[in-house]
Amino acid sequence: MSKNKSVKDFLINNGVIIIMIILVLYTGLRSDNFFTANNFRNLGGNMSYRLVIALGIAGCVITGGCDLSAGRMIGFAACIAGTLLQKIDYSGKFFPGMEPLNPFLALILVMLICALFGSITGFFIAYLSVPPFIATLAMMEIIYGLGLIYTGATPLGGYVTSYTAFSSGKFLTLSWLIWIAVLVGLITWFIFNMTRHGKYMYAIGGNPQAAEVAGVPVKKTMVIIYAKAAAMYALAGFMLGAKAGGASINTGLGYEMEAIAACALGGVSVTGGRGRVSSAVIGVAVLELLKVALQFLGVDNNAQYIAIGIVLFIAISLDIRKYVAKK
Amino acid sequence: MAEYKLEMRGVCKAFPGVKALDGVELKLRPGTVLALMGENGAGKSTLMKCLFGIYKMDEGEILLDGERVEIKDPDDAMAKGIAMVHQELQPVPARSVAENMFLGRFPVHKYGPLQVIDHKTMNEETRRWLSELGLDYDPKALLGTLSIGQMQMVEIAKAVSHEAKIIIFDEPTSSLSDKEVDFLFKVMNDLRDRGVSMIYISHKMDEIKRIADDIQIMRDGTYVGTWSAAELTTDEIIAKMVGRELTNVYPEHHHQIGEVILEAEDITSIHERSFRNVSFKLRRGEILGFGGLVGAQRTELMEGIFGIRHLAKGTIRIKGKEVTIKKPHDAMNAGIGMITEDRRARGIVGCLSIKDNVGLSVYNKYLRSGFVLDHPAINKVVNESIDKLSIKTPSMMELIQNLSGGNQQKVIVARWLANDPDILIMDEPTRGIDVGAKHEIYEIMEDLASQGKAIIMISSEMPELLGMADRVCVMCDGKLTGEISDKSEMTQEKVMSYATMF
Repeated sequence: MSKNKSVKDFLINNGVIIIMIILVLYTGLRSDNFFTANNFRNLGGNMSYRLVIALGIAGCVITGGCDLSAGRMIGFAACIAGTLLQKIDYSGKFFPGMEPLNPFLALILVMLICALFGSITGFFIAYLSVPPFIATLAMMEIIYGLGLIYTGATPLGGYVTSYTAFSSGKFLTLSWLIWIAVLVGLITWFIFNMTRHGKYMYAIGGNPQAAEVAGVPVKKTMVIIYAKAAAMYALAGFMLGAKAGGASINTGLGYEMEAIAACALGGVSVTGGRGRVSSAVIGVAVLELLKVALQFLGVDNNAQYIAIGIVLFIAISLDIRKYVAKK
Repeated sequence: MAEYKLEMRGVCKAFPGVKALDGVELKLRPGTVLALMGENGAGKSTLMKCLFGIYKMDEGEILLDGERVEIKDPDDAMAKGIAMVHQELQPVPARSVAENMFLGRFPVHKYGPLQVIDHKTMNEETRRWLSELGLDYDPKALLGTLSIGQMQMVEIAKAVSHEAKIIIFDEPTSSLSDKEVDFLFKVMNDLRDRGVSMIYISHKMDEIKRIADDIQIMRDGTYVGTWSAAELTTDEIIAKMVGRELTNVYPEHHHQIGEVILEAEDITSIHERSFRNVSFKLRRGEILGFGGLVGAQRTELMEGIFGIRHLAKGTIRIKGKEVTIKKPHDAMNAGIGMITEDRRARGIVGCLSIKDNVGLSVYNKYLRSGFVLDHPAINKVVNESIDKLSIKTPSMMELIQNLSGGNQQKVIVARWLANDPDILIMDEPTRGIDVGAKHEIYEIMEDLASQGKAIIMISSEMPELLGMADRVCVMCDGKLTGEISDKSEMTQEKVMSYATMF
């Protein structure tokens, strides 16, 4: 009886991971090219910027919010970075005759710009009590408009090799993008677990009123969370631009939803207070593996969306059971 | 016809650890107003909730018109002609008056399987019932646009429209203006003339004298007696309400009272009917009690001082220096801590561990290189307080929501002990915890006072207030109505008379 129960508990507690492992093994058996280094390198590249977005949005979700502006921020940052990093002799150059910037400088610049907009969102949420859903929706519209005006809706390309090298360059056979994601993961882990800010974030997500009475600077913390998240979207946009070798205003469209889905899949509680870096990693891995596996199994590309939806339903129902059962 | 419209006999109701009602009776004569009186926690509301089917009685019976009835739930109570008007009962402020009146029983047009709300009938019916009470509110107006007094009138109209024969009023006047009270009493008198019986819960002596025919007094969950309102004087009522000895044991006072550490002057809320013009001083090593009835705005006052609520005016001086407190974070920096009354809503962060709950207020103190949390040092502090306060838990990583109420409260105390403030505000520090844990909390308070900390304790439990406090401030209706600093004058009667100085 108790053994049965513990088996059941194990299945429920690790439902998502078990589903993922079964799917991967099945795909590996059905297809010869699945378990290859190349395939997993590709997978890692796709996961890299998705993870950066998911980790940014995780901070918002842990405080009981969300961030709908993420996707547009990614496109906006990718476009700004793109216009600053085109080859001087590229025919369709956005700023003709301008020397391309140092890519690191461009990266810092886009991160700062996005952080500024993120802090505006955070200000409305924290100080003017606008619900995060609406505040980030408003910022999404503003960012999209600004991006359209800035680029004139022109697609960008012809990047300097020092920029595209972020994707093509390798260290220990892995793309720089993967190393960036690992670094961001480590830094986020540090912030979540080793700083006041992280602890305050969890407390606000768990019970904002109690956190306030305990002396937590709730409003300031909220602004920092949204600013930090926006900076991470900018980094993701920069990475995406390097990987694709170009960008348009629609780059990153809809990625915020997939990032929120990934967080939820991995166990970040959408009601706030719970969630780790590993949750985001697992969630992103599950979604990306699912896509690749379905591709290998020859499933229609469009049907992938249906599969993602079904997995979300099942995984979240299982995840919720952990907490429902305990009460 | 039976002698009594409603009778309750031998009602008992226990909650975990507390016997809330013990053999209580109630007798309501037809067409009269019965005032139900007693201190906080005497069991008045619990009794009414049993009558209204919100709680299930453990023992006892209810007789309606002399016949035994079972009341399963509030719907059942309404069907039997019993209605309840509660000051905080505002069903749906965002919908119209008429929709609120007919919530759950909307008149409809039937078109085969399709049912369409008949707005015309609903509005007309609402207008008719309102005019019965002499009210001319627009049935289409949103309920939320009415004043609290007006909303209450809508509730009464709703009760009348249900053809209720018994209406319970639970502290209906606590947020009404004098004019609204007059109107309420006029309506109640009309209802009485029509043969409606009413139960009226209030602490306001002059109102009781004006409206009640009979007075029933309860104390500590027991029935004291019922008298004709004309028979009793205000002093007699108070004496019957408090008439008990102090039985609980409190630690001996060894602490020395020192210089003034906090001065509050003219503290006034931005809300008109909340706390106003309150001034008091607090000394080092002192336990200052705040007494009063529920609704006296003591919690609100302390939340105002702690920066949770806004102040319209007033100055706060700590160690002689004026401080500006706009948010709890400022209060904490000024050396004030606060343990809130509602532990679940504003105390604990349920989904976090004991460690994280204690840590919240001390992360500023335990940092390496200015920003990295010093986990070993924090663990040490948390483990020490678990030992010192004998918090029962397998480890400090246990989620606080898995602890008992008493242990949760000790974790919150540990949070502030770790922060080490000069001044600690404790709002109902022993509410909802068992006797053993209560005693431990008292000892911690005595210990803190001995170390020269200043403590403000809000308590609605009279023995606790008188047993722990060096000095007692009493509030009534947002004002400070009295201060008792002489130990020999600290009596329940004295506190009660200040607490009812409306």
